[in-house]
Amino acid sequence: MSEPAATPGRGDAPRPVLTVEGLTIQVATPDGAQIVVEDLGFTLNRGETLCLAGESGSGKSMTALAIMGLLPQPMARIARGSIRLADGTELAGRRERDFRDIRANRISMIFQEPMTSLNPVMTIGRQLTEVLLEHRACPRAEAPARALDLLRDVQITDAERRLKQYPHELSGGMRQRVMIAIALACNPEILIADEPTTALDVTVQAEVLELIRALQREHGTTVLMITHDMGVVAEMADRVIVMRHGRQAEAAPVRTLFAAPQTPYARQLLAAVPRLGQAPARPVPDRTRDVVDVADLSVRFPMRGGVLNRVTAQVHAVEGVSFRISPGETLALVGESGCGKSTIGRALMGLVPWQGSIRIAGQQMAGLSPRGLKPIRRNIQMVFQDPGASLDARMKVGRQVAEPLIVHGLARGSELTDRVEWLFRRVGLTPDQMDRYPHEFSGGQRQRICIARALALRPRAIVADESVSALDVSVQAQVLELLRELQQEEGLAYLFISHDMAVIEQVADRVAVMNLGQIVETGAREQVLRDPAHPYTRRLLSAVPIPDPEHMRPPVLPREGEVGSPVRPLGQPPARNEMHEIAPGHWVARPAKSRAA
Amino acid sequence: MTDATAATPPRGQGSVLVALLRRPRSAFGLIVILTMVGAAVFAPWLMPYDPNDQMFDGLSLEGAPLPPSSEFWLGTDLLGRDLFSRLILGAQTSLIIGVLANGIAVLLGATVGITAGYFGGWIGGILMRFTDLMMAFPALLLAIVLAAIFKPSLLIVAMVIAMVNWVQMARVIYTETRSLAQREFIEVQRAMGSSTFRILGRHILPHLVYSIIVFGTLGISTTVLLEATLSYLGVGVQPPTPSWGNIIYENQTYFANAPWLVFFPGLAIVLLALAFNLLGDALRDTLDPRLKGRH
Repeated sequence: MSEPAATPGRGDAPRPVLTVEGLTIQVATPDGAQIVVEDLGFTLNRGETLCLAGESGSGKSMTALAIMGLLPQPMARIARGSIRLADGTELAGRRERDFRDIRANRISMIFQEPMTSLNPVMTIGRQLTEVLLEHRACPRAEAPARALDLLRDVQITDAERRLKQYPHELSGGMRQRVMIAIALACNPEILIADEPTTALDVTVQAEVLELIRALQREHGTTVLMITHDMGVVAEMADRVIVMRHGRQAEAAPVRTLFAAPQTPYARQLLAAVPRLGQAPARPVPDRTRDVVDVADLSVRFPMRGGVLNRVTAQVHAVEGVSFRISPGETLALVGESGCGKSTIGRALMGLVPWQGSIRIAGQQMAGLSPRGLKPIRRNIQMVFQDPGASLDARMKVGRQVAEPLIVHGLARGSELTDRVEWLFRRVGLTPDQMDRYPHEFSGGQRQRICIARALALRPRAIVADESVSALDVSVQAQVLELLRELQQEEGLAYLFISHDMAVIEQVADRVAVMNLGQIVETGAREQVLRDPAHPYTRRLLSAVPIPDPEHMRPPVLPREGEVGSPVRPLGQPPARNEMHEIAPGHWVARPAKSRAA
Repeated sequence: MTDATAATPPRGQGSVLVALLRRPRSAFGLIVILTMVGAAVFAPWLMPYDPNDQMFDGLSLEGAPLPPSSEFWLGTDLLGRDLFSRLILGAQTSLIIGVLANGIAVLLGATVGITAGYFGGWIGGILMRFTDLMMAFPALLLAIVLAAIFKPSLLIVAMVIAMVNWVQMARVIYTETRSLAQREFIEVQRAMGSSTFRILGRHILPHLVYSIIVFGTLGISTTVLLEATLSYLGVGVQPPTPSWGNIIYENQTYFANAPWLVFFPGLAIVLLALAFNLLGDALRDTLDPRLKGRH
């Protein structure tokens, strides 16, 4: 850090700041010791960004924790190998007490979930000054000023005000910026970032990644980045180590890896990554009739407050949304978290109170009692995001797939068994797996079970709410393929809710972009993704990481105007977007500026 | 669907029992409980003397109780009754109250907890405020008042204890049901159109069984202790029916001269409470299918 002028690392002779050799990590399990990282070795050169990439269970996070001396005690331990800093300081086998000088001063770490990493009952300012004083980075009197500088460094707007705020008052992106500020407080040589943007929206992710790059340029910090996202890898890494089952599968400079992966696993991993602009052709759906017809749908949640606990405001989660889906067609709902896209799915399933009109296969759902709704429910089913959470851990999976048939009284006895067996085969599982419990399956298999359950009633439409977001890319590709096959064969209509643009491009016929509970742009996939007309859509698309190191993504477009809020005082509903058609089937909301005028 | 696989081992009551016996602590608990239950059931055949017979040779010439000997294994009490026989008969009383009172408490607590937790709203509000009120009321005082109003009998004492003990169960079940009701797999059930009854029975209850069993077994020990306390205070089971608590109550003043009269019933209470606690802890670990096959 004494020579910040040059951009070290790139081009110069590489100077290692951290050397890992033969690292082997053991975890004690009830079935005996298990090796989660085996014989891993790499050097981290000054100023570079090294990415540890891999799917869940590849040991990438364990490696990061081992370097920080944060392996869960006493279950995990470094069995063999060494982790050395440039001056020869050995980190493996170091005691907790001796680690404290290393952390923050020499190596810092930021985590996936900034909310859980920050102390909720301390102000941001306190948390920053605490780190500074703890590590004696500056005299007590200067600490507040230093804290403010740090916040300015990470480009937080309104830095003075933030110092007095608590973590819950900040957005996710701001919290991660605070975490970065804390991590960089003592000017460490190495920053370890463990999935730092996974929990963030794509536009916020782009901003945070840009920030990390900028800070790296300024301070010459070396970054070790742990990620599963090949788009992030392409954007950030100088070198990549692809990990699998705790071992190094391939190590290469980022361009080499993406251009010519050497190992089959790396090839397979890269092939599975969905990329914008490589949309597969889709069969033309039958648009003469609609399976799902939603008109003027609104979902509002009351907010209570005041002494009398009366409704003082409303969250306009969904406001005046209309769309139709034909048999065999996929409509994708995109938007950032909190835009109301999931609420639409929940309204369709009758899980939240709603107003407006929802017709499923021609039958109106508005104003029906739960009893009246039951036959209509058969026609629409839902697949949730987290297959682990949407299965009952204490019921055999075969019974869970059979449940819809039992609830609706459609089959019993041997017919029921036959039908469930058929469903298991249908989603690529074997009938002998029916007697197991959910925890005995992998994430992808569990999602297949959920899909089988959703198919049990032979629905006409399926709501897929982030159904592949929790899965590893290779598994994600398989589940998407299964969904596509099923759609083709059964003529299913999909409402596909996702934040992932690349996935949406894979599956969608039409796309609807949502912001603050309203649709801002809708049209055919090509129209919306290739030729976005609304500023919000453009910004969203500009933030999607490109899994190709040869094509540097231009900086994300600035946000237009204020970040709105779906919370409105009672009796003041938000202005409805006026949609106008700019091409056949391509509808765009008039930009906020012209409406305000 | 039961004949589809032979790969997964069957998971019935038998395997739970085996798992419990395999661990030394739970095996100890189980053996103590079974011994005491056996003693209570076969009391008429096991008692060496009539527990209510005030034997002439049960007292020393000065009229003092006899210490443990080969004739009276655990000694005799102030009236010359055989303590061992009274403890065996007392096991009957204590266990009946333990099971009965705790059964009522579990049933009541679980019902209140599930109803309040799943439905929430004003029903939940009323039920839980009532629970809070019961919790705030000193349990012992409540038990004494109730016991004073109703004439103490075995059933009444059991009811009184249940009235005091259901509150903790309701609290635990309420919290768990609340978090369960918001879980995604319950949402799936609602989306599927399952009836409330089915959701509660098939999906909520199985997840609560383990808490109910664990807190149920732990509750038995508190129940036995509370019965002992009530009997000790003279508002529990009335003499001459022996219970472990009232044996201590009757003899407390002679503790210095005849310590065995307090020591042995006290030991019985401690052993039973300990046994149920150990068993409850072990059941908690054994009943979770995610932990099946481990340990």
